[in-house]
Formats: sequence, structure tokens, C-alpha cells
Amino acid sequence: MVGIWIPVAVLGTIGLVCGIAIAVIARKFSVAENPLVAQIAALLPGANCGGCGYAGCEAYARAVAEEGAPLNKCNACDAKLLEEFARLTGRDAGAVGPKKVAVVFCTGALDVAARRFAYNGVADCAAAQATAGGDKTCAFGCLGYGSCARACPQGAIVVEGGIARVDASKCVGCGACEKICPRHVIRVVPAEHHIHVLCSSKDKGAKVRGYCGRGCLGCSLCTKLDATGTLSMDGALAAVDYSKPPLENPALAAKCPGHCIRDVAAKEGKTA
Amino acid sequence: MKSPFRLHGGVHPGHFKEMTSGLATEDLPMSVLTAEPLRVSLHQNIGAPSKTVVAIGDHVLKGQLIANLGGFVGSVVHAPTSGTILAVEPHMGPAGRTVLHAVLEADGEDKPAPPMPPLDPETADRSVLDMRVRDGGIIGMGGAGFPSQVKINPPPGKTIDTLILNGAECEPYLTCDHRLMLEHAEEVWRGALLLRKMLGGVRIRIAIEDNKPDAILALAKFCGESRLDAGVVELPSAYPQGGEKQIIFCCTGREVPPGGLPADVGVVVSNVGTVFSIFQAVARGIPLFERITTVSGPAVVHPKNIRARIGLSYRSVIDFCGGLTPDVAKVLCGGPMMGFAQPSLSTSVGKATSGIVALREADVAAYSSDPCIGCGRCNAACTFRLLPSEMGLACEADDIEEAEALHVMDCCECGACAFVCPARRPLVQHFRRAKGAIVARKKAEQAAEAAKKAQQG
Repeated sequence: MVGIWIPVAVLGTIGLVCGIAIAVIARKFSVAENPLVAQIAALLPGANCGGCGYAGCEAYARAVAEEGAPLNKCNACDAKLLEEFARLTGRDAGAVGPKKVAVVFCTGALDVAARRFAYNGVADCAAAQATAGGDKTCAFGCLGYGSCARACPQGAIVVEGGIARVDASKCVGCGACEKICPRHVIRVVPAEHHIHVLCSSKDKGAKVRGYCGRGCLGCSLCTKLDATGTLSMDGALAAVDYSKPPLENPALAAKCPGHCIRDVAAKEGKTA
Repeated sequence: MKSPFRLHGGVHPGHFKEMTSGLATEDLPMSVLTAEPLRVSLHQNIGAPSKTVVAIGDHVLKGQLIANLGGFVGSVVHAPTSGTILAVEPHMGPAGRTVLHAVLEADGEDKPAPPMPPLDPETADRSVLDMRVRDGGIIGMGGAGFPSQVKINPPPGKTIDTLILNGAECEPYLTCDHRLMLEHAEEVWRGALLLRKMLGGVRIRIAIEDNKPDAILALAKFCGESRLDAGVVELPSAYPQGGEKQIIFCCTGREVPPGGLPADVGVVVSNVGTVFSIFQAVARGIPLFERITTVSGPAVVHPKNIRARIGLSYRSVIDFCGGLTPDVAKVLCGGPMMGFAQPSLSTSVGKATSGIVALREADVAAYSSDPCIGCGRCNAACTFRLLPSEMGLACEADDIEEAEALHVMDCCECGACAFVCPARRPLVQHFRRAKGAIVARKKAEQAAEAAKKAQQG
């Protein structure tokens, strides 16, 4: 009967020794973690989009808590969250950064924009672009193979019918889509602008009409209707100067003969 | 002699060469040349685009120089017929790149410019012969388009002991090299002798696949009658037997190191068409502006081998061959394995256009690919012993560094792996994209280095 107690005693002693060793080591080698880092990280969206300029939300939280980084770098945080940051850190929050949003400067879906050959390959925009310059007849418009949607950390882009669409309510303006688009059709612009020229084609009007039902014809009517000088012609393509205050004239979208000027505020911020 | 070295891997697609291998090369009537303006590409070679030396409105003669070298690795371009230069404008080339083309309206007279003085290979100076190869506008006619005057002058320190003539022609449907070897065997042989002299008395090996027994006999006769170390190497028909590095291994047993050149193992490889054109330029003073092209495929009404001038549109060449069948689905520059599908028939024939193949809807599978099933058939098929399965997965996951570590830069894009893949994965497209990303990254790194040096210096 004594036999059983020897292993019990041996294992028990080993357990006790290890337990004490763990307790001592845990205390001796503990790292003082700033609780502020975890508190701020918990408030951040956690998408790790990199729009703030740091390597993810944890890195930004650490920078704010320990390196004095500005509190208003995260585009996904509204004024309420900024107040919370200010309260936690005891620093001035600063103004909410100008909100930016991605806009697809093309509305040439499959039903209005011609394709010049049947592309049968990897469903990636860069791969399509590398194949004889892309299957869209328009050399400038959205190819619709979804590279931007896959790059978006917020899931704010939907590609349907051969065209990409941004859900402005989800977009934080991080610019991942702009980096990946091989044609530079999707770009990040100040969110206060809601009237855009949704075309990227530099071709002349007659040529554009031949391949797309919603392209800029270069007629320059919009530049004449706009008294503020925000719209100008870049060759045969109308362009908005985003450094100026946003356009407000409803006639711009209504009168555009190419049907490519849109007011995205007109439809509850869904399409861009 | 039979090749003593066996190719690792390779695939055996149907070659369909019987459609045109028995057809003598046809010359095109003047009406084909005058039907529409010719568009001569000014960037047919690997390396720098050529620079025009003629102006809009100039009248040129057949064989007259119209564009000069754009750089050390560059080539000259000649007018394919007499006529007037209408314009110099951008147009899409066969590989999908937009390059400048000289638009020439043929006058129907086909008046030749005076030929360059014929040279005697026995007495002419080496430098004079080099200049003639350059002035002849000769580039690799097997498809790559590498300027020949650069290839036959390997960098100092590399000794060449073997000249290999590439008459393998492993691509399905194509028979242009086969017909050249049958119809111009003597010129090909004399071109080989010329190159042999220029390279310093090297041994000659003419590599021909065993599906061309008549060509093997024709050239073996010349080899046998000479007293030189020259011979025809009979290669088993397989794809991609005709690749440069594959041919070198099968003829000599030497492996070109990764990122290296044939000159690194003492070999110069030249397509038989290139060798023929070099002979024409040196011995007859005729520059390169036409070549034998195979127009074939189930969607061509009358497949033929034609002597095509550069600048002709695919449309006019196909029309001469009876046009396309109504169920045509794909028109390729080259063959179905490595050829480029064309978005339009206005692409023009170039010095490296070995074939135009048209396929019907029944021959082309528009497929969607499945995930890799890990069968390993692609790895068995790769003649370079690369791992297409691993490289494909890396490219799909956008892990370009991993693809580079797996030697994707050594892939010759032959398509054997994609051909055997049961999941129909677009492997070559993945590899091309990875290679493009690696080259772009290297360029950016070089530019950053140069900028840093400029700032410091």
C-alpha cells in the first residue's frame, strides 16, 4: 500500500516545484503593458487597413498611447470616438480629419460598355490588363474583375455586372483599392464632394460614343454651366478640382449628354 | 545521329502538321500587297525599338532601310515592297503591346532597292560580316526576335565550341521551318558554314524532330559530304523539344545555368530561318523583309505555307488562304501552345511570325479553373524541372517572393504544365504576371539605387 504513495509524493513535489518556479518567473519577467494601448485598440475598428499610416490598429494604438501620435489619424473614427480618445489620453483630440472616400471613375458596366474580345483567364484586373491591353474596348475604364474588391479591408466594394461600386458608408478612404487598380480608375477623393465626372476616357466624343453609353464626350457643357471654376477640361475629359469646395449645381448631372456626371448624394450614399 | 540525351518531362499534343507539311511554300500575288496599306512594326526585336529614318510622304523601294537601330540590342527594319510611307503611328503588336508601325502603301511595282554587295565568307573580314548581319535586319525568327548580330558576338571570356541549328519546330500546326529545310536546304547549310566560320570553326549540330524524316535526310546529306564535325541530331518529337535550352541539353548534355545564356555553356543556337536569312544577307545582299509563315488550323478554309512579307495584316494573309470558317473562335500568332490570341485581324506579320493558327469553337475550351488537386502532372511535364504546382499556388496567393525563390524567372512559358493540368489552371498567365511583378520591382530597385548614388555623388 505504501507503493502508491511514493509516485504521488514524487509527482506532487515536482508539481509544487514547477508551480513555485512559474509564479516566481511570471513575477520576475513580467512586462509592464500599458493598459491604455488595449483600451484604445478596443475602440478602433480592427480592420488593419493601414489608412492611418501605421501597421494596423494595434500599432496605431501603441503609437497613440506611447509615442504621442495624433489622435485623429483613423478615418473610421467619428467625433464621439475622438472625444473618448481625448478623455483616455488626456490630450487634445484635434479635428476629425477630412473624410475621404473611394470613387470609381467609370460607370461602364457590361450592358453599356463594349468588350472587344472574350477574355478567358485569371479573374484579376492586372492579369486582364496584361492580356492585349484588357478586354474592354475603352482603354481607360473599369475592367470589372474585382481586384479592388479583394483589396478592400472594409468590404466596401462590390463588383457586379462588370463594374465596381463603392459603398461610401463602409469606405474609410485607406487607398488600398487605388494602389491595386491597374488603370487608376478608382481613386480616393475628399468625401465632401458628391458631384463627380464618372468617366476616365481621354478619347474624343465620337470614339467614346462608339464603345460606351455613359462616357464623357468632351462637349465641355459642364464647364460652361459651372460658374465656380471647379470643373475644367483635361483634353476631351471633364475633371473636377477636388481642392476646391464641392460642386452643388444639380444641372450638371441633369444636363450631361454623356450621362456620366453623377450626384452621389442624390441616392442615399450607396453608389459611387 | 540520335540524340544521346533525353528531355525530362515534356508533353505530346497532337501536332496536326500533316495539314501543311506536304504543301510547297506559295508566293503571294501583288494584289494581296496592294489590297490594304502594310503596317510594318518598328519593334519586332527583343530590346530597343527601331527609329524611323524615313519621313511621311517618302517613296521607298523594296528592301530599303526604313528604321535604324534603337540601341545596342536593336535591329534595323526594311521596306517589304516599294511604295509610299503614309504614316508612323501606334498599333497593337502580336503580343498585346502597342508599338509604332510604319504604314506603307504599296505601289504594285515591287521595285527592289539595289542589293548590298554580296560578300565572300572565305575572304571577308569578321567585322564586315558582323555589320552585314546587322544591316540585314536579322533577328531570331523562331519567335523570340533576338538581334542576331548580338547573339553571334558573345561577351568576351566565353568560348563557343558548338553551333546548333534549331530545326525542331515542336509547336503544333507549324511547318514553316520544315518547308524551309526541304526547299532551301543548301542555303541553310551554307548559312551554317558561314556562321561556323564567324564563330571560329565550331562543330555544327542541326537539331530536327523525328516527325520530319525528309528534312533530316536533306540536311544529313550536306553534313555527310562535308569533312567537318557536323551532323543532324534526330530528336524525339515532343513539346517543348524546340526550346533553346532544351535543344542544348539534348544535343550536348549541357545545362544552361539559371539566368544564364547558351554562351555560358559554349553554345550558340540559331533557328534555321534565321540562318537562312543570314546567308541571304551576306551572300546575296538581300535584307530580311519576308519569311515563310504557316497559316493553318481547323478554322482556316485552305491552310497553306506562304512566303509572307512583313507588314501584311493577318486578315489579308488569311483571305489569301480562303478566309476563316464561320465557327472561328480564336486566331493565334504562333501555335496553340505558346501563341498569343489576337483581339483583331489587323495585327501585322513580323519577322518572327512563324505561323497564324485559327481554331474553331469546338477546338477551344472556354473554361473556369478549379483549385489545384495536387496531382503533380505539371511537375512531371516541366522540362526545366521547375515546380509549376508550387509556383502556381504562390502566384495565386500573390506571394511573388516565394515564386521568385521557386525560380519562376527561369520558366520559359512553354505551357506544358497548363496543358496537362486536369484542373485547367491558367499557370502560364500566373507565371507571366509574377515575372512582370519581379521585373518591375527590380527596375524600381535599380532606379532607387541610381537616385541614391546621384544624391551622394
